[in-house]
Formats: sequence, C-alpha cells, structure tokens
Amino acid sequence: MYKYDSYDQAMVDTRVAEFRDQTRRRIEGHLTEDQFKPLRLMNGLYLQLHAYMLRVAIPYGTLNSAQMRVLGDIADKYDRGYGHFTTRQNIQYNWIKLDEAPDILADLATVEMHAIQTSGNCIRNISSDQYAGAAADELVDPRPYAELLRQWSSFHPEFVTLPRKFKIAVIASDTDRAAMRLHDIGIQIVKNAAGELGARFYAGGGMGRTPMIAPMVCDFVPLDQLITYSEACLRVYNRYGRRDNKYKARIKILVHELGRDEYVRQVEEEFAHLLTQGIEPPIAELERIVPFFADPAYDVAAPDTLDRSDPDFALWLDRNCHAHKQPGYSIVTISLKPVGGIPGDASADQIRLMADLGRDYSFDELRVTHAQNIVLPHVRKADLYGLWQQLDAAGLGTANLDQIGDIIACPGLDYCSLANARSIPLAQKISERFAAPERQAAIGELKLKISGCINACGHHHAGHIGILGVDKKGVENYQLSLGGSEGADTSLGKITGPGFDEDGIVDAVEAATDVYLANKQGGERFLDTYRRIGMEPFKDAIYAKEPANG
Amino acid sequence: MVEMQLRFRSDEPVGDPAITVDNFGEQTNAAAVRIEPGDDARDLLPFLDRLKLVEVNFPAFTDGRGYSAARVLREAGYQGELRAVGDVLVDQLFAMRRCGFDSFAPQAPLDPADAEAALARWSDVYQATADGRPAIWALRHG
Repeated sequence: MYKYDSYDQAMVDTRVAEFRDQTRRRIEGHLTEDQFKPLRLMNGLYLQLHAYMLRVAIPYGTLNSAQMRVLGDIADKYDRGYGHFTTRQNIQYNWIKLDEAPDILADLATVEMHAIQTSGNCIRNISSDQYAGAAADELVDPRPYAELLRQWSSFHPEFVTLPRKFKIAVIASDTDRAAMRLHDIGIQIVKNAAGELGARFYAGGGMGRTPMIAPMVCDFVPLDQLITYSEACLRVYNRYGRRDNKYKARIKILVHELGRDEYVRQVEEEFAHLLTQGIEPPIAELERIVPFFADPAYDVAAPDTLDRSDPDFALWLDRNCHAHKQPGYSIVTISLKPVGGIPGDASADQIRLMADLGRDYSFDELRVTHAQNIVLPHVRKADLYGLWQQLDAAGLGTANLDQIGDIIACPGLDYCSLANARSIPLAQKISERFAAPERQAAIGELKLKISGCINACGHHHAGHIGILGVDKKGVENYQLSLGGSEGADTSLGKITGPGFDEDGIVDAVEAATDVYLANKQGGERFLDTYRRIGMEPFKDAIYAKEPANG
Repeated sequence: MVEMQLRFRSDEPVGDPAITVDNFGEQTNAAAVRIEPGDDARDLLPFLDRLKLVEVNFPAFTDGRGYSAARVLREAGYQGELRAVGDVLVDQLFAMRRCGFDSFAPQAPLDPADAEAALARWSDVYQATADGRPAIWALRHG
C-alpha cells in the first residue's frame, strides 16, 4: 500500500499544527463558532447531540496493521473504548473533547493518517472497491488513481468552500462494489479499443433527499488528463452549483437542472482551457504510485483445497469469503454486524485483534467496506480455519455477509443532531428477529439499509429493503422502500406506502421477506423477485398484516 | 470604504473606485471593477489590458465562487491587482493567495500575527495553480 514520502508527511504534520492553532484561537475566542465550524468540519470534527464526533480518513478504505492498531488505541485513549466504521470507509469516534482533537490528529500522523476533508463542503475522502487488488474481476487496481486524486484534492485552494460536500469513488471492475454511480463523481478505470487505460467519468449521482444515479459524462479520459478533467468538473460545479438552498446544492441538482448534455458542454469547455494550464501531474507521478499497490508475495504453492468438516466454519466460509484472483487465497470479510449489535461498531480490543490478524494472515493489509465491515484481502485458504476460530472467539465470526442481518445503519438519533429517528435500535431489533442462521440463509442475499433522516447516510435508497426514519408529529416513524440497488444494476427503492412505528416496521420487513420466499423462482434473490413481480404483492401483504398487529 | 490590510505588490495601489461588472462594459476608461459571487469573471476577459484592479467580493466567507473567479482571471493572463474584499478571514488567506489574490481588504481587520502565520505555514502544495508555486509532483519529478 501507499507509503508517505517526506512531502506527504509534512503536509499531514502541517495540518496538525494548523488545526491546533485554529482550535486554540477558537478556545481563546478569536474565532466565532460560525467561523470555526467550516474549519473543524474540514478536519472531520462534528458537534453532535452529546459531544464532538471525529471522523478519521481511511483513503480508499485501505490500511495497514499499525494504522488499525492506532485506531484501537485512540478508541481507548480518547473515546469510550469503541470506534464506528462508516459507509465512507472511514472510522468515527462519538465522544471526543474539542481540546483533545489536535492530540488525536498528532497520534494519527505518526502512522500516516489524518482526518483531512472527512466532512465539510469540500472534496471528501476518496472511496474505492474494498476488494481492490484482490478481486478476480478487476481490470487493474483502482487505488493508485484514487491516491493521485487524494493528493490533488487535499487542500485544493479553489475548492475549499464548494456549494456542498463532494464525494468521489474510483473502481476498476464491471461489478461495482463501491456504489460508484451514487457519488458526485464516479470513476471507472476502463480500457479503450486501442488497449489503453483511461477513466470513464460519471457525475451527479447521490443519495440524500433527492437520490439520483449519475449519468456518464465522459466515456474515456486518458490517464494523463485525469486530474485536469476532474478539475474541470469541479470548477463548473463551484461556479454554478446552487448556493441558495442547502438541499439543492449538490452537483446532482446542477447536472439535473442544466441537463447532462449542457453540463458536459461546460465541462468540456473548461477542460479544453485547463489543458493549456499545466496542472496535470506527469505520468511519472502515477508510475511512482502504482508500485505501492503491487501484489504481495503470494505463496504460489498455497493449497487451494479446504477442510469443511466443521459446519459452523463451512457456513462462515460460504458466506464471508470471496474468490481471490490468486489460487490458494481468499478475500475474507469480517462482519461487524453481530445479532443485536450496533452496525459498524468495534471495541478497541476487537480493532487491535483485527490489526494483528491483518498482520499475521493478510500481508499486513486491511480494508474498510462501505457496508461497514472489515476485509482481510489476502488470506491463504490454509489459514482460514485458524483465522475463523480467532474471530469467532472475539465475537467477530458472524456469518451474514450481504444477508438481512448485515445491515447498514447511520448513527441516527442516538448520536446525530440531524436525525429524526433512531436507526441503531431498529437495526438491532431486525437482526434479532432474523437471528437464526438457517432463516437468514433461506432468505439469502438481502441488503437492508436504514437512515435516520432524509440525508440518507444509511443509503436506504440503495437498499433491496430500505428504511427511512422520519419525524411524524414528534413521533418516530419509519418508511419502507423496496427495490433499491447499488451495484452495476443501480436502482433507487420505491416507498411501499404509509410508514410504521418501530415494531410495525420490523413486522413489515418480515412480511416482505415472506412474500419473497413464497414467490421466489429458482435462484432468484429478493431483489430479482421484487423486480419480476413488482410492488403490489408486497404491498398487499405488508398492509394486510398491519391492522392485525395493531 | 473598507481599508486594505495586506498587499503583495510593489506597484502603486489604484485609487479609482471599483465599479460593477454591469457598468464596466460601458465605461471604456474604467480601470477598476468589482466582481460579486454571481458574476462571470470571463465577462472581463476582453478588457484585461485596461484593468488595473479587480476586487472580488466575499459577502460570506463560505461562498467559494470568488476562488474560481480569481483563477479564471489569472489563467487568462491578468497581471493587475486582484483584491479579496468582504468576509475575508485568516484561515482562508492562504487558499486565496494560491488562487491569485495579491491584496486583501477584510471587512473586519485581521490579527497581523495570525495572518502572517497562516500565510507562512505551508512549505509545499499538492496542486499547480497560477501562483507559480511548484506542486509536490513537480518537486518529485524535477
């Protein structure tokens, strides 16, 4: 993985000093809260309901064991012994004191980490495919391009106060594991007819209260123009994105209001101009970055067979392990979704254990997924059983990847000052209702996502089953939607009808899974059956059941 | 009239009052103009040779359109004074300098020591802009 050179390290160290100075000026009263707010947000520090929350960047979700270990130590030292992995492949701490935030940043800087641009109206941490470098279906590893973009977007002077936050995802396979088209800019690295690599750009996707799937804006940007094209996309947005209404300020609204073609015309004009400005790093810079992401030294003699005699192990193996491009290896997902647990939470001890396991079993590398789980990308099949035993003993052996218990949920009203409803207790109730592994296995792949408000941090629009918490005259109410998806077949969920209370929504989810099980044909997933039979049968069952449950 | 606090030019400051972009096109001898966030800086490009001062107004420091306006002008070759006015704060000075601003007239005076520290803090930068500082990638590949 990428290693900082002295320049990168100096940038992060300087940011620590700058933020320490800004915090001091705030505490001494030289900065008003209104003046300080964008500064702390650009450093990932939110004021939540009960305390400050600090969001630490994990660029493209990749980290090494030393970094993971420090994340565990920070949870102990500055928080309450927990960290919360997020849908942006980051980690956040919910109980931070303002005067300690600069010290946390200093701790992070010792392991080449930071919290730069993890919130605020700027270009956020770049996300990517959690299986990058390990998946059999990828064209190339997308992370070098994400790293190039990370450096370009860090402290970009023109884009420090965009109309709204700006999220970029980079992938390099046709299977989209990063919800790429639901980003402000989505990039897929592709090959053209001449066999050259380039970047296909999508712009104007996003979730929030107006979910949109990004249209393609350029099918092939040569790699030596990647930064210039990105800058053109951003400049048009910075100049013309709406600033009159926070809820209409994302680039998706600009692209929608201008129309895709007009947005593209303006970007092309800006691009032609910027190509004359010498802002593109030389291709040698990309060539410098690429080798950091070279394959680890695989054991080519690693056996490709497995002993499946332990049934619990076999269950986990089938659920949580994914095909690796290298024979004899597997991609392991550690579920942070135990039955009744808080999705994405891990204790300091669990984080340190995962760090050790990453070091011992996965060439010192770990990944955070946008589904709030942890991946060990390169595990020898021969090591899987021993690894699983250690995970299981630490409460990390839940076998439910992509099943109904593998819920994405935002922090909700338990922590977030924007939320209208709680997400976490609902996720806990649903996972308890479907706790039996046999039942989850029968239902199969079902992505359930919960957001505690319309801002959609829990990605409910993209859930096969999505739940949105709203405030109905002071009472928490939950809307159900069906049919969302974030993959190559990206679609947005449709609301079933009137909302439910907390118990009612759990019953409604159960009714929906019953309709699926009664109607499924062959190997159909929930999403496939829904797409085939449509909303009506689900609606009938969900609302027929409602009066009986009072 | 707000006082200019910082200036990074050696020529004489222009005394002319800055006029709006709308009026500018008609007044063929005007040398100073003020851009508001909603103005298109490119409307000024035909007149760069007679311009000596462009003020870019930041009614609120959270509105970042002025940064693009500044770069658009510098990229087009504008050599005159580019002044940030309005809600200009210490922590935005460095990014403004990088976008091409070379004078500052903040609505509320800045603490001189804080301003100096903010401008001197960053030894290197990741991007190439019209301020001429070499980007880190340029230093890496000499």
